[in-house]
Amino acid sequence: MPAAAALSPTDAPREPVYQLSHVGKTYARNAVTALDDVNLTLRKGSFSSVIGSSGCGKSTLLKIMSGMISPTKGRVMLQDKPVMGPRRDIGMMFQQATLFPWRTTLENIVLPIEIRDGKKAAKAAEAQARALMELVGLKGFEDTYANELSGGMAQRASICRMLITEPAVLLLDEPFSALDELSRDFMNMELQRICTSRDATAFLVTHSIPEAVILSDVVYVMKPRPGRVAEVVEIDLPRPRTLDMMTTPKFGALVEHIRSSLDKEAFV
Amino acid sequence: MTLENITDTASEHEGDTVWSEGGGWLDLVPRWVQMLFVFVVFVALWDAVTRFGFVSPIILPSPLETLLDLIFVGKNIFTGGYMLGALWITLQEVFYGFLLALFIGVGLGVIVGETAFGERAIMPYLVAIDTMPKVAFAPLFVAWLGFDIDSKVALAAFIATFPIVVGTAAGLHAADTNSRYLFKTMGASRLQTLLKLKLPMALPQMFTGLKIASVGVMAGAITGEFLGGGKGLGELIRTAASQLNTPRVFSLILYLSIVGLMLFAFVSWVQRRFVFWHKERVHAGGE
Ligand SMILES: Nc1ncnc2c1ncn2[C@@H]1O[C@H](COP(=O)(O)OP(=O)(O)OP(=O)(O)O)[C@@H](O)[C@H]1O
Ligand SMILES: [Mg+2]
Repeated sequence: MPAAAALSPTDAPREPVYQLSHVGKTYARNAVTALDDVNLTLRKGSFSSVIGSSGCGKSTLLKIMSGMISPTKGRVMLQDKPVMGPRRDIGMMFQQATLFPWRTTLENIVLPIEIRDGKKAAKAAEAQARALMELVGLKGFEDTYANELSGGMAQRASICRMLITEPAVLLLDEPFSALDELSRDFMNMELQRICTSRDATAFLVTHSIPEAVILSDVVYVMKPRPGRVAEVVEIDLPRPRTLDMMTTPKFGALVEHIRSSLDKEAFV
Repeated sequence: MTLENITDTASEHEGDTVWSEGGGWLDLVPRWVQMLFVFVVFVALWDAVTRFGFVSPIILPSPLETLLDLIFVGKNIFTGGYMLGALWITLQEVFYGFLLALFIGVGLGVIVGETAFGERAIMPYLVAIDTMPKVAFAPLFVAWLGFDIDSKVALAAFIATFPIVVGTAAGLHAADTNSRYLFKTMGASRLQTLLKLKLPMALPQMFTGLKIASVGVMAGAITGEFLGGGKGLGELIRTAASQLNTPRVFSLILYLSIVGLMLFAFVSWVQRRFVFWHKERVHAGGE
């Protein structure tokens, strides 16, 4: 069974965390069908990516999965409960770090707790925030104001902020695409390490095929008009992944496969 | 990495050379010397104009006369004379006017900037009133509130409110889509979003409004005194002018501008304390 190949051979396929079945979205305003019959399953501890050309509905998909907008068709289930709005078991990260410069790094990280449970709970969560900062390599910057962090450090801080509520799923919207290429590769490996150590279930939107391949167990290739999943590609490279793997023939073949799958679309 | 470093230092050096060449010898003179130079030239011209009788001393007193009066007024103020009383009254007008403008301005600014109703239905009226010459309302305030400080406070607040409303309302739109999106995903209520995101983001623009207001509030208080009497510094200026005591007018104006400057400096100081994080962006923008 190909699904099992994505995971380490000793494990059986793990339980689904996030499930979308027959999800469709038509924007009423302009009658654009942004998504049509999207099915996907994120299993516990897995890393999935979605890749596709501009306008194929990636942002729409992420908005539905984060509970920001509702689908017009289908079911969206996170931990067996339908997603009806923003939830604390959903963590999000964007292209921009979106830290608030009037807060220190630590205060930025506990912000989700402060908003959901108040100042006292946020204070209590500081110990956990410090532990997270150590995990992502930000130890020592607790009291630094956010605008004094470099781009990469800011994204590390926003990883901590995403993890502080212990979400069941991480939704990542091109998190490192604003960084230079060297830091980006490095941060991707860091992301893998952090996800593995937390046994996190992650879903990444990206424009980079190599990035999708090196990080993911499953890559969803999307096509536009209407936005739909055209192909599901299992990535059976061994874990942990390293940057060296990017030079292997197997990696090259997977990238080539996805590229041709996307290219076919371009000429339709 | 090494190559980058080399090119970096090279371009830095290049920049240095070009800069010092363009600056010339004037860059070597400290700024305060240059300012002093302008001041000396100004006073010398002023002195020449009065000394050689180009204008009558009633219209323009000599620098020396003005200086002597400046010292006289200063003595009166610092020894607790009647001018200190006048200064105290004007200070109160300015203080209460500013405080009133702050509360009304921020309140209206939040209503206009945060609610669709405020933006659609209230903002047009505010814009209409703002375009009116506001000092023309002075006689009305006097008629309503009398010759005491209340009418001056009202005019000062009236003039100072609008820049604060505009700064607040515009500032509330400064939060970017990503931040708003993030707040939504965190399940933030509207009030939380306002207090923890939009208002902090609005602070730089609010302070721009406050600085404009700090200038306007002085103008409002003095205009109020000119047109509605009372016992403040404005009234002293009016009396001195009517007695053709021009040196006194000049020195009172000078002391008034010190008060204005102090208010402005105070607002700037508060801004630096509270919006410390914005400093860098301003700096980067200036480069
Ligand atoms: N709020 C909206 N109202 C109406 N139509 C929308 C809205 N948002 C997106 N669309 C339409 O839905 C389609 C999918 O848009 P979406 O933003 O999800 O694509 P995307 O894959 O994220 O593109 P990109 O890679 O450029 O970010 C597009 O045709 C777009 O015009
Ligand atoms: Mg998008």
